[in-house]
Amino acid sequence: MKIKVPKLTFWGFVFWIIVALGIYSTILRFTKGLGAATNLSDNFPWGLWIGFDVLCGVGLAAGGFVIAAAVYIFNLEEYKSILPSAILTAFLGYLLVIVALLYDLGKPWNIWHPIIMWNPESVMFEVAWCVMLYTTVLALEFSPMLFQKLRLEKPQKIIKSLTIPLVVAGVILSTLHQSSLGSLYLIVPEKLHPIWYSSNLPYLFFLSAVAVGPAMVTIESYLSSRAFKREIEIHILAKLAKVTAVALMVYFVLKVEDIVNYKLFPHIFSLGYESLMFWLEFAIGVIVPIALLTNSKIRGSKKGLFVAQLITVLGFILNRLNVSITGLENYTQAGYFPKWTEISVTLFIVALGFAAFRLIAKHLPVFPPEVEERKIIAEGFEVIPIREVFKD
Amino acid sequence: MKYGILVDITRCIGCYACEEACAERWGNPITEEHRLSAIQNTAVEDHDGIYVPRLCMHCEKPTCASVCPVGAFQKTKLGPVVYDPLKCLGCRYCIQACPFNVPKYQWNKLNPKVTKCDMCYERIQKGGVPACVEACPAEARTFGTREELIEEAKRRINENPETYYPHIFGLKEAGGTSILYLADRPLNKLGFKVNLPEVPLSHFTEQIMSKIPNYIFWGGTLLFGIWWITKRRDEVQRLQKKLKEMEENNKKGNGK
Repeated sequence: MKIKVPKLTFWGFVFWIIVALGIYSTILRFTKGLGAATNLSDNFPWGLWIGFDVLCGVGLAAGGFVIAAAVYIFNLEEYKSILPSAILTAFLGYLLVIVALLYDLGKPWNIWHPIIMWNPESVMFEVAWCVMLYTTVLALEFSPMLFQKLRLEKPQKIIKSLTIPLVVAGVILSTLHQSSLGSLYLIVPEKLHPIWYSSNLPYLFFLSAVAVGPAMVTIESYLSSRAFKREIEIHILAKLAKVTAVALMVYFVLKVEDIVNYKLFPHIFSLGYESLMFWLEFAIGVIVPIALLTNSKIRGSKKGLFVAQLITVLGFILNRLNVSITGLENYTQAGYFPKWTEISVTLFIVALGFAAFRLIAKHLPVFPPEVEERKIIAEGFEVIPIREVFKD
Repeated sequence: MKYGILVDITRCIGCYACEEACAERWGNPITEEHRLSAIQNTAVEDHDGIYVPRLCMHCEKPTCASVCPVGAFQKTKLGPVVYDPLKCLGCRYCIQACPFNVPKYQWNKLNPKVTKCDMCYERIQKGGVPACVEACPAEARTFGTREELIEEAKRRINENPETYYPHIFGLKEAGGTSILYLADRPLNKLGFKVNLPEVPLSHFTEQIMSKIPNYIFWGGTLLFGIWWITKRRDEVQRLQKKLKEMEENNKKGNGK
């Protein structure tokens, strides 16, 4: 018998460093409190964990509902091959958002309180309910992969019969809370910098989520095609890039409307920290992606598409950080930069996401088999015959 | 009956008796910080020699109560806005949203609470007055019903127009507050915000939140509708294809 010594790759090394630091920061957070583990203060109560882990986490997981809607509501069968991985990415994304909330909440053991203690007037209450319900929807949408592996046919059938109501609920819940994350900031008109404060915030948040969802699916497909050495579905991803481009164009129009309505010209053309951050965000989050993604040559090339969508994602992240941090810093005059332990927890959570995706993709039928073993049965549902997939 | 406090900045002498009475009421240590914090629910700020007592404004339509996902804040019938730490999950949206920057947080505790003035709710319920009002030797804080206090404020402005800047702060700011301020100059020169709207801040989220039930109904109907149409279109296409094949087969059959 051969004994295998696992090779430690560069990324493996980075992973374990992040895990080690993450465990240290976790212990610090839960033994010494938020004050010791973060740079948060009464003047700046929401930091990186809300700005990145929650606002970006939820947005980047939008691919799940966008692809599910394309496949089941709009009946675009071709996207079916990337649906399981998009659902898995979304499901893990939401679970990680909940993990991040457990770090950020002062009393994480009360996280379930919105279930029985209601305040329907609160945007946060609505977000809490939508995230709870949508995570449940994602768990159900993900469950067939598990049932397939376990060869449980009956529950698989039950879930399949619920597909359409589940997808419709998923789309509605996503629309609501993706936009509501923007609505959270509607109540601070006198604190948030005018460049970002707008009654359009919920619509801007929703549109950018619709744009970034497919971008994340593309990046995830690209990376897993390299990790699992499988062909990339370039023609599907190229089509999907049009969704990103169109959503960003609408976003562009709404933002221009804001600039005109709120008379932002003096703000955006002044040479300040905020205006520079705004232009950076607007360039890499909106203008450059539109320019690149409307070019069919770039859309058709693996690398080009990957780079273009990566820029979309980076611009999206910058936008969320600008709304949640840059736009509020000036007002508080306290200045905020996350403590290293905050950054370390964020990296830890992202690393856990990557590891979990890898593990699940290895063991469950997340990617369709390369060999054309798929059959189309009546009603247009595509199923992968279990025994054929797992016969080896 | 809604109670409130009229704070007359022109009368405050900066003796900090209110701070001490408040610290005693909450069991907090005495500090020399003189600013609102997790251990100071009232504080006398020094703005270039002018003493400005600060405390929770006890808004008529409180932003904290509107944003709290679990309803840990309540506007009571007697006027005070009170906080229930047992409901709180520590999301700190109240701290983020309060237009007067009042709620503070126990950042270094493992079971942290939001801290703020509750207008000595227990004492008021028993017919008493808040500790800070009782302790003030200069009568800079007057306790009474909001209506009485507004009349009193107007009377003071009318009787001493040279002393007072003719504006009752809290009458309309953020939809009105139970704590009212009088001063000899605009309050924005004394650390208060100028850009507060006259409507409660919850107005801005209500506009969008009220659309949700309608959205769920119409959105759901629309999505099911699109699903039905696209599915039907596919079925029709498939049947047409089949029909064509059958026709071709028939032709072939006839040809033979």
